[in-house]
Amino acid sequence: MKFKFAFITFCKVKYIQILSRNIGGKVPTTPVNTLEKYQNKKVVVDKNTLNLLERLSLVKCDTTKGTKVLEDSIAFADKILHINTDNVEPLYSVLEEENLHLRTDKVTQGNCQKDILKNASITEDDYFVAPPGNIPLQDIKAEEICELTK
Amino acid sequence: MWYYKIHRNLNKKVKPIIWTRYHSIVADRQWQSVVGLEVHAQLNTESKLFSGAENTFGGLVNNCVSLFDAAIPGTLPVLNRKCVELGVKTALALSCRVNEVSTFDRKHYFYADLPAGYQITQQRAPLASDGVINFQVFTPGVHKKPYKKSSKIKQIQLEQDSGKSLHDDELKRSLVDLNRAGVPLIELVFEPDLEDGEEAAALVKELILIVQRLEACTGRMEEGALRVDANVSLRRIGQPLSTRTEIKNIGSIRGVAGAIRHEIDRQRSILESGGTILNETRSWDATNKVTVAMRDKEVVQDYRYMPEPNLPPLRVNLKTKNDTQDVISVPLIQDQIPELPEDTRKRLVQEFQLRPEAAIQLVNEPILLEYFLEISANKERNPTKVANLLLNDLLTALNQNKVNIDHCPVTSKQLIELSDLLLQKKINLDMCRQILDELVHNADEDISPSRLLKEKGWSMITDEAELTKLCIEVLENNPKLVKQYKEGKKKVYRALLGIVVKSSENKIDMAAVSKIMDDLLKK
Repeated sequence: MKFKFAFITFCKVKYIQILSRNIGGKVPTTPVNTLEKYQNKKVVVDKNTLNLLERLSLVKCDTTKGTKVLEDSIAFADKILHINTDNVEPLYSVLEEENLHLRTDKVTQGNCQKDILKNASITEDDYFVAPPGNIPLQDIKAEEICELTK
Repeated sequence: MWYYKIHRNLNKKVKPIIWTRYHSIVADRQWQSVVGLEVHAQLNTESKLFSGAENTFGGLVNNCVSLFDAAIPGTLPVLNRKCVELGVKTALALSCRVNEVSTFDRKHYFYADLPAGYQITQQRAPLASDGVINFQVFTPGVHKKPYKKSSKIKQIQLEQDSGKSLHDDELKRSLVDLNRAGVPLIELVFEPDLEDGEEAAALVKELILIVQRLEACTGRMEEGALRVDANVSLRRIGQPLSTRTEIKNIGSIRGVAGAIRHEIDRQRSILESGGTILNETRSWDATNKVTVAMRDKEVVQDYRYMPEPNLPPLRVNLKTKNDTQDVISVPLIQDQIPELPEDTRKRLVQEFQLRPEAAIQLVNEPILLEYFLEISANKERNPTKVANLLLNDLLTALNQNKVNIDHCPVTSKQLIELSDLLLQKKINLDMCRQILDELVHNADEDISPSRLLKEKGWSMITDEAELTKLCIEVLENNPKLVKQYKEGKKKVYRALLGIVVKSSENKIDMAAVSKIMDDLLKK
């Protein structure tokens, strides 16, 4: 019984300690938008930009949901824009103080055609087979019509 | 102000006259063409830029590929030391400022022949910047005299080559070979300092000669070891640069001249009919001699450049000759730079008193230059005559037998013997040409020119008495011509000489005969 009392008291004390730490400390208990001094205007992606992005990334996002995800992603990334970085040299790598290692010019790899081609779903005469370039089909058709009318 | 008014009034009156008289010239001068080049040169190394796979041309398809080149996850780039050395060497030869610290970036494309989806290049901090290339512009048949030109170099950067795609239009697919993926390149970005295709072609030729001397690149454009992109635009004189088009991947020196000339003409005719130039990528169709718009890149591409996180900065030692595995000493490389083509030309003019045209032509063909230096090592041989023999007669013989100069079968020993025979007047130029033709045709290094001479019975009549006899005979047989000559018709003199040559079956020394003839006719 004594034991149980001690345990409960201990728990209570701990709870109070945690509470007091949060009251006196700087970590808010709920998310607060203190870092953003002003709300950035939400970026609206127009149709042309969307088409360009689709072509560059080969990812289709031309639906209401897709557009929303894209715009939300931009809004998410925009949260760091207000941070003042004047006179701060960007850090590209934590190894910036190191010298890049240089390798002696010798053939040590390759000669493994079978391994290289193993991942390919279609091959032909040891070539990878790929779709013809990064061009939407309708563009090619439009071009062909253009050429025909010339 | 009054001066200006008078000037303007004068101009108003004079202009229509000038306009009508020099219409074509004025029309040409309205537009100034501006040309800038970007050159990609494959570096002469055993292995690739960031992987240990073999760097070779024409290997078994997809065999010279490491896991890194195929962008298998988990692989990392390791920079090849030789590539940095060759890059620095080229930079120094082009008087660039080598950067103590350079960094690598990713440039994103989405092509099947670029497995990683990006190319590792140097955009923010290149290996070297601010250089210059000096060269001579001289295309026989286009220019009467050579002139000097120079183009500034913005930067030289190390980067990876992409794989090769073969396009199968019928089946609508591409076949990809990754042997070239990851091959080391240096990209040289030139300022738009040139004006036409011939200047661009001369620049490329000079660059090839330089990288060949440095042994940095084979310079074989037909293998794609050196590829040229040309930016072309037209502007009114004094105006800022206007919209340019880019001609991609030109694969020969004459192609560079042809593509740029065509593109300038095309843009001029568009502008003169009131059209506008689109910022587009075009390619050179060498068979039809036109540039055609390429299908991709209608919009300016966003390469989404970002720093390459897997490669710390590349550092070189600019000050001392202390060379370590990871930090290359630049002064040490400076010491290894051989004589450059421009210096060779100067030396040929100063040391051998050659005409600048001959010096340019000799330097442009390294094989001829080698022959020349070997033959002229003995200063008794007249360098100008030796140069003429090589540039005119040897080249003609090679052309007639359809032999590429790089596979010239004539040895320098044969040429030395031949030039001695010619210079000591044991044979005349005509015989010399026939012998050269035989030497090229037979392609046998054991044939000696003098033996050939005996076998063919082409010995020269050098005995003066015999020559005199021959001349007298001719004069006696052609009293009419002699009479005409004595009456003042000097033209027949050549006809008389021609008859001598014919009757002797080409076996005489023209200079000697001409002298004897002169003496005889004076009597």
